[in-house]
Amino acid sequence: MEHMVEVQSVRKQFGNFVAVDGVDLNVRAGEFLTLLGPSGCGKTTLLRMISGFETPTQGTIFLAGRDVTRLPPYRRDVNQVFQSYALFPHLNVWKNIAFGLRMKRVPSATIKQRVQQAIGLVSLVGFEHRKPSELSGGQKQRVALARALVCEPKVLLLDEPLAALDAKLRRAMQVELKRLQSRLGITFIFVTHDQDEALVMSDRIAVVNAGKIEQIGTVGEVYRQPKTRFVADFLGAANVLSVQVLSDNGMTARLSCDDSLVISARSGQLEPGSTATICIRPEKIRVSRSRPSGDCAFEAIVGECLFRGSSHQVQLTTGDESLIATIPCQGENDRPFAPGEKVFCQIESDDVIVLDSANRHSIEAPGTPRSQERQEVK
Amino acid sequence: MAHPLPSGNSLARLFLPAWTIAVLVFLYLPIILLVVYSFNNVPNNMDLSAHWHGFTLRWYRAMWADRLLMQSVRNTLIIASAVTVVSIVLGTGAAWLMHRFVFPAAGGLQTLILLPMIIPEIIMGVSLMLLFRAIGLNRGYLTVIIAHVTFCFPFVMAAVQARLAGIDPSLEEAALDLGATPIRAFFSVIVPYLMPAIVAGGLLTFTLSIDEFMVTYFTYDARSMTLPILIYSEARTGLKLTLNAVSTLFIAGTVILVLAMELLRSRR
Ligand SMILES: Nc1ncnc2c1ncn2[C@@H]1O[C@H](COP(=O)(O)OP(=O)(O)O)[C@@H](O)[C@H]1O
Ligand SMILES: [Mg+2]
Repeated sequence: MEHMVEVQSVRKQFGNFVAVDGVDLNVRAGEFLTLLGPSGCGKTTLLRMISGFETPTQGTIFLAGRDVTRLPPYRRDVNQVFQSYALFPHLNVWKNIAFGLRMKRVPSATIKQRVQQAIGLVSLVGFEHRKPSELSGGQKQRVALARALVCEPKVLLLDEPLAALDAKLRRAMQVELKRLQSRLGITFIFVTHDQDEALVMSDRIAVVNAGKIEQIGTVGEVYRQPKTRFVADFLGAANVLSVQVLSDNGMTARLSCDDSLVISARSGQLEPGSTATICIRPEKIRVSRSRPSGDCAFEAIVGECLFRGSSHQVQLTTGDESLIATIPCQGENDRPFAPGEKVFCQIESDDVIVLDSANRHSIEAPGTPRSQERQEVK
Repeated sequence: MAHPLPSGNSLARLFLPAWTIAVLVFLYLPIILLVVYSFNNVPNNMDLSAHWHGFTLRWYRAMWADRLLMQSVRNTLIIASAVTVVSIVLGTGAAWLMHRFVFPAAGGLQTLILLPMIIPEIIMGVSLMLLFRAIGLNRGYLTVIIAHVTFCFPFVMAAVQARLAGIDPSLEEAALDLGATPIRAFFSVIVPYLMPAIVAGGLLTFTLSIDEFMVTYFTYDARSMTLPILIYSEARTGLKLTLNAVSTLFIAGTVILVLAMELLRSRR
């Protein structure tokens, strides 16, 4: 399949600082791709190189098969929705939306028709003559969207477009954006630092960390099969453990954390005696009062128990390890377990994710602010 | 801090209004006299007697017949208009370039451009005269306009810079993103955004140029004589009531301009 956007070994340096560090990225025509990563990881810079506001220090960018690396923004068939919306304050809604077509010298009858269509698309009929200062945040957002979409770009770039909206409006816009995208079939590259947003909207997610893409894949792949500790941790909460490989029979590996905690995982490539890093999603730990039948059960002591509306978040201690489990709420029990209570935990071998051994040692502990400890080039 | 008038203190209650009136009279009496006398029906133009001879519009009619006076009024308006246009172009352009591009020693450049606003006018006047003579540029409209622009365009630049300080950098990028070349983006997005500052700076420039005397004095010739120069030279031989009439019209014009500026500022 032809790729709509091809980013090849692109690197961007600001002085000594490497903001984007050798990124390869292929975006398929018509897909919704999200660049997800913490603030300062280089998402905006990568996006701005695709829109033409930054020029890569190294590497090439292709748009629909054409090298656009050094083309100015006004010669590229992409449009961007800015985080601040950047609506033109002196123009009303209609003229804001018509701006791009005017610049491209589209005949005025066509402009009229396409602007009308775009206004309908984002449900702003009746607001044509309002100035941006007379619109709410959500309405400004729609104008910005219509202003970009009316140009029928090959790719629409969105840089945290929902960040300024309140939570409720934001969720509504997520759904609406996604719907719009599948209806129009335009390729979207969406930037966010919000993992929920990424999971709701995307076809594929590229997880960005410290100027590099750590993993790219469908929403399910990245969530279920994270390759690195960073990805596991950034997409949803994760229990990340360092384990010793006891044995591996080609189908199942037996792993131990310390003597009390032995679990098995589905894997055939682990060398007995070596160490590995595994990840377990909190919702995959089953907690019960009675000892479950079957393998791989271990004892734990309940620590804090937090009520989360639809679920409880339970802290568990076993040996030296601390785990978080979420269990769905059942009945009217405010607290399924008492702190200090002894419980049994069970983890299916299918639910144990073995992280990429190649990345295992290079990834630091989760939660450290990576943007600050980025290495500089001498 | 403003305090309310102490109600019991009779001295303050008498003194403060009296003081205020005295200051206002001091400020405005000369102008009021000038305006009132422009309507005084004295027998001849040079008669500045303090007696009130009744109301007339004679001097406003006579003014049109005074060719030298009319020529200087026309010169003043032509020069002020040209100075305003040139200052707006230079001031806005300079402000935009300094905002948009990184200049070496930008701070120093800024100070150098703003300095003519505070250099004593007489020094500006003399040095410009010397410069024009050195490069062989004869005195005339052009020299007066150039001279005015040197101290007027920094006012436009300062006003535009103040507005640029608050601009969203994405505004220009949005225009480029939508297919505008940098030049079209400037004229279709940046200039409209800057318009209030451009108009305010332009009005200020116009009023500064109209009543400029010192710098003009060193750079004008007989053909390009402006109203302030004419008034000065006539004042030596004795003032005329037609001058009162012209001055009254100018005061009215200036008041309207200032009100327009205030209106503009309050609307922003
Ligand atoms: N024009 C610039 N000059 C210098 N440093 C920059 C510039 N733009 C971005 N950076 C730096 O590059 C890093 C990545 O920035 P950015 O791409 O905006 O991150 P993100 O959008 O992921 O938060 C940041 O640390 C930022 O300070
Ligand atoms: Mg950003």
